[in-house]
Amino acid sequence: MNAPILKLFGLVLVLFAALVGMTSWNSVINAKEYRTNRLNARPQIEEQRVHRGLIRARDDSVLARSVQGSDTLYRRRYTPEARLFAHALGYDFLRIGRAGLERSRNAALAGEQNELSSVVDQLRGKRREGDTVVTNLDPRAQRVAREALGSRKGSVVAIEPATGKVRVMVSTPGYDPNALRNQRIFDRLNRDDANAPLLNRATQGGYVPGSTFKVVTATAALDSGTFTPDSTVSGRSPIVISGAPLRNFSDEQFGSITLTTALTHSVNTVWAQVAERLGHERIAEYMKRYGFDSDPPLDYPAGQMLASGVYDRGRLLSPRSRRVDIGRVGIGQERLRVTPLQMATVAATVANGGVRMKPQLTGRIVDADGRTVERIEPERSERVMSASTARQLTEMMSNVVREGTGTAAALQGIEVAGKTGTAELNIARRINQPWFIGFAPRNAPRIAVAVTIQNVVGGQGGVVAAPIAKRVMEELLR
Amino acid sequence: MTARNRELFALIPASLLVTAGFTAVFIQREALLSDLSLTYGAIFLALCLAAHLVLRITLPHADPYMFPLVAVLACFGLVMLYRLDEDLARDQAKWFVVGLAFFAATIVALRRDHRVLERYRYSIALVGIVLLLLPRLGSPVNGAYLSFHAGPIAFQPAELAKIAIVIFLASYLRDTRQVLVVGARRFAGITFPPLKHLGPLLAVWGTAMVMLFVIQDLGSSLMFFGGFLALIYVATNRISFVVIGVTLFALGARVLYAVRPTIQHRVDAWLHPFNPDLYNQTVGGSFQIAQSIFSQADGGLFGQGFGQAVIRLGDNPPILPAAHTDFIYAVITDELGLLGAAAVLLVYLLFVERGFKTAMLATDSFSKLLAAGLTAVLALQVFVIVGGVTKLIPLTGVTLPFVSYGGSSIVANFILLALLLLVSDRARREAELR
Repeated sequence: MNAPILKLFGLVLVLFAALVGMTSWNSVINAKEYRTNRLNARPQIEEQRVHRGLIRARDDSVLARSVQGSDTLYRRRYTPEARLFAHALGYDFLRIGRAGLERSRNAALAGEQNELSSVVDQLRGKRREGDTVVTNLDPRAQRVAREALGSRKGSVVAIEPATGKVRVMVSTPGYDPNALRNQRIFDRLNRDDANAPLLNRATQGGYVPGSTFKVVTATAALDSGTFTPDSTVSGRSPIVISGAPLRNFSDEQFGSITLTTALTHSVNTVWAQVAERLGHERIAEYMKRYGFDSDPPLDYPAGQMLASGVYDRGRLLSPRSRRVDIGRVGIGQERLRVTPLQMATVAATVANGGVRMKPQLTGRIVDADGRTVERIEPERSERVMSASTARQLTEMMSNVVREGTGTAAALQGIEVAGKTGTAELNIARRINQPWFIGFAPRNAPRIAVAVTIQNVVGGQGGVVAAPIAKRVMEELLR
Repeated sequence: MTARNRELFALIPASLLVTAGFTAVFIQREALLSDLSLTYGAIFLALCLAAHLVLRITLPHADPYMFPLVAVLACFGLVMLYRLDEDLARDQAKWFVVGLAFFAATIVALRRDHRVLERYRYSIALVGIVLLLLPRLGSPVNGAYLSFHAGPIAFQPAELAKIAIVIFLASYLRDTRQVLVVGARRFAGITFPPLKHLGPLLAVWGTAMVMLFVIQDLGSSLMFFGGFLALIYVATNRISFVVIGVTLFALGARVLYAVRPTIQHRVDAWLHPFNPDLYNQTVGGSFQIAQSIFSQADGGLFGQGFGQAVIRLGDNPPILPAAHTDFIYAVITDELGLLGAAAVLLVYLLFVERGFKTAMLATDSFSKLLAAGLTAVLALQVFVIVGGVTKLIPLTGVTLPFVSYGGSSIVANFILLALLLLVSDRARREAELR
């Protein structure tokens, strides 16, 4: 009976060889396909195994850290202070995914490396570890802005004109990023369309800019050489623009006034005429130079940014289109929708002598041992206007704060340049969108801001938004 | 060196392995080295030494490698279970003590002559069949009747039944193998066994079919019927009998496939594990097998390392279900890679080799058939579960012997080991005398 036993053993050998073969197929030969199978959740889980880097504020205070659970996976936890930064930071949770800086800086935070260095690290027994992201955001100014907005829905953005560093990015209402761990809370916040707490109004909120847009119109007017600050235009009200009567705020009457005066008192009829005379082409060109009509170049996820511009039924419409009422675009009405980030960029560009800088939330990236891996250098986007135009505009904008609509933004001993805006959303119910954009100090600007608040009954930019801008600038210039 | 001294030396790598394994899991979990790992290693070594002493006294001539090979598998299983869930490992350790008690009891009871079993062959066969039908009293798990609950203890009688049936067949075939061969008739190119002896064999086939239909478990019936065919083949050296058997089994399985939706689901899940509809199906879907393959893919050549595989996240349902029983091979591949998994299979192969070697050394037919049958059943069991987990064949739930969690499996496989060592002791003693 020994011969069949031997053959039986031969059969077992064949069967076991098949097992080894199948295991090889699954674990090595065809493994890549299985690893990338979309039903396979392991790659996402894999990232939870890496000690994700910290996110720090500008003063090095910790905003986000990773803690290891009993199952050895890391989970994201945000410090109490992170509530002030909720929108800029975003979140990183397995179930709901990633947003904000957590998403745009994921490669650094997750410690992603090229194949070779990860193999070398593995041989050295070093575990993959995420880098720390140090943001440009200033906790104290962030807190001032948050408190100044209070319970109102709105946003404050502050940028360093010369570098593009974003020093303040606040959107209200906020939320506690730690609470999003709970799927039910996340779903509820996500469904709350009335307050939209998860929306980063600074980058995603499209609002009617009102008179703050006159800075763009003025840039086109002066830089194209068509007008000077002293050119005079009639300020009577009403006048007919694109076949419909247009009035000044409170139907105020002005005679023949200079553009400087027209900006100081925010005279609608003058700027609408200027815009009509400049025409679609020139307005469109300067909007493009300022960065309208495309996503801002911020280090932030594309899906969480809105391009500012003229919107028609939810879609961007070129300002060159003949369907656009360019006179009303010139005074920030029509179907213009702009983000606070875009308007802060407008102010910062004027402050920076006409050169638009790339806005940046991240300051530097530091590895686990504290070495700076990457310092985010200031990056020039483009020259929007000549330096002399920027000087003239600065002069005109300082008049606004000195004696015009923006006096509430004036600082003790520091000259401020700015422009107010009050977009009338519902004239019958007096619902407005107040704005203020500006920068300081006038001669050597260190900070530019944009402030807006949603749906304020009867509120005007100079009364509601300018004081907030003042407090934020005061804090940042301290 | 005597056989027993060789065994003693061979146990050293096993206890080193268990200590190293626990240490690795400890370091991974606590980031510190605890003397607890040494304690575990010491307890395990003490248990092995106790079993070794039993063998030294009762079966001094038995094969010296079988027990250490089993110890390697067992310690492997313990470390794996410890990594999955400490409570499971502690439970399993208790079952090892119980298993070793049964091991010692079997050896002591049968040490004079294991062939007394032949006298009770019909009683043993009856016990085996009753054991198989017991779970039918309970409720099915995943569509199959696999376990029987006696108080708090869930008992999987199929594990013990496989031994009972092999004992019966070995004894029955010892008597009839000659007539099966001599009385065989050739018909249409195939050799058929004589009709009057076909009856009991058809009865075995019938039992396997009944098992298929009654307990609806393809895995254990495949194991049984495979063991039966292996024994017939060894007893008669007629491949045609095997062909007839396979044909009959295939017919039965085909009918079952047509009438039982649970079997159809298993086959569908096997053929299309990544079909989203099947994957998301809550009952009888392909989620398990897909996750098993994903874990193996996660392992690669060298694996993620002890304690590194993703089994579950927090308190959520596990990503890899039944990691401690059916899918423990997937966890091994995930953590130790292709090399680790192949090493485990190699240990089984070495054990199977010792088993068949014992069968070849044995002088009487009953012992030969018994050793060959037990070894074949064990090898088949490994093939059925590992084949299922790796998607070589449709998945059916049987345990990975000595490694998977499960009391009845441990006890039954230690009894199996005891029987093999009994056969081996007599065979080697006689070989030495010759």
